[in-house]
Amino acid sequence: MTDLVNVAFNAEGFMTDPTQWTKEIAEILAKQEGIEVLTTEHWKIIDYCRTTGLASGKAPTLRQITVGTGITTKDLFALFPKGPAKKVAKIAGLGKPEGCV
Amino acid sequence: MESEQRKIAFICSKGDLDMAYPALVMGWAALGNGIDVTLFFTFWGMDMITKDRQKHLELAPVANTSMKMRLMGLPTGTLGIPNLLGIIPGMTAFTSWFMKKKMAKVGAPPVDEYLQMLVDAGAHLYACKMSVDMFGLTKEDFVEGVEDIVTAGDFMDMTEGSQIIFI
Repeated sequence: MTDLVNVAFNAEGFMTDPTQWTKEIAEILAKQEGIEVLTTEHWKIIDYCRTTGLASGKAPTLRQITVGTGITTKDLFALFPKGPAKKVAKIAGLGKPEGCV
Repeated sequence: MESEQRKIAFICSKGDLDMAYPALVMGWAALGNGIDVTLFFTFWGMDMITKDRQKHLELAPVANTSMKMRLMGLPTGTLGIPNLLGIIPGMTAFTSWFMKKKMAKVGAPPVDEYLQMLVDAGAHLYACKMSVDMFGLTKEDFVEGVEDIVTAGDFMDMTEGSQIIFI
């Protein structure tokens, strides 16, 4: 049983401590963002964001995600409907993406 | 928590390389944030969607008061590129090549690729009927993704409730 009681968020709803993140937390956050089930494709994106985000300290931009994972822009927007930029970063337990592309 | 869907429309009226990017950058950011995006191409802006022009947008150094030589790494303070040098054949090609390099360095894709990204993310592209008639173009001259050629009145109808940005 996981809940978000002990997880720290900022005012915009991004986790402030990426080390608190777990897959279970990601699933809860995804539901909050309107994504009921995280599929293999979702996880491919989230895992990529975790890896690059933790290494650089910054959430990757959408362009970095498509180039880095090989997932197309169309699919990325279909997997995370209504604006993937913040959704992906939130679910991956990272901050707001800082790049523009 | 249903709030009203935010919508943004960009009117792209310029065909210079540097003026192609604002709508692309902001449109992409808007789509990433779940905002509906419409791009309306008029006058020289149609170069951005014209098959044989899209990859060849240029940036001319002549009469460009913001383009300083220091952009190229020269220790010349705020000195501009003299207009007299700007008229040398090849100078526009050079400054265009240079700007493309600068854009690539910040991770911005070329105009054609960028625009395709916006289309894939769900942006709607339209060309201006009056400009199309004036330049003697047809829908076949435009890249895929351009949905229709519409009048100014149509544009007003389809952008009801949108924020409109003219570039």
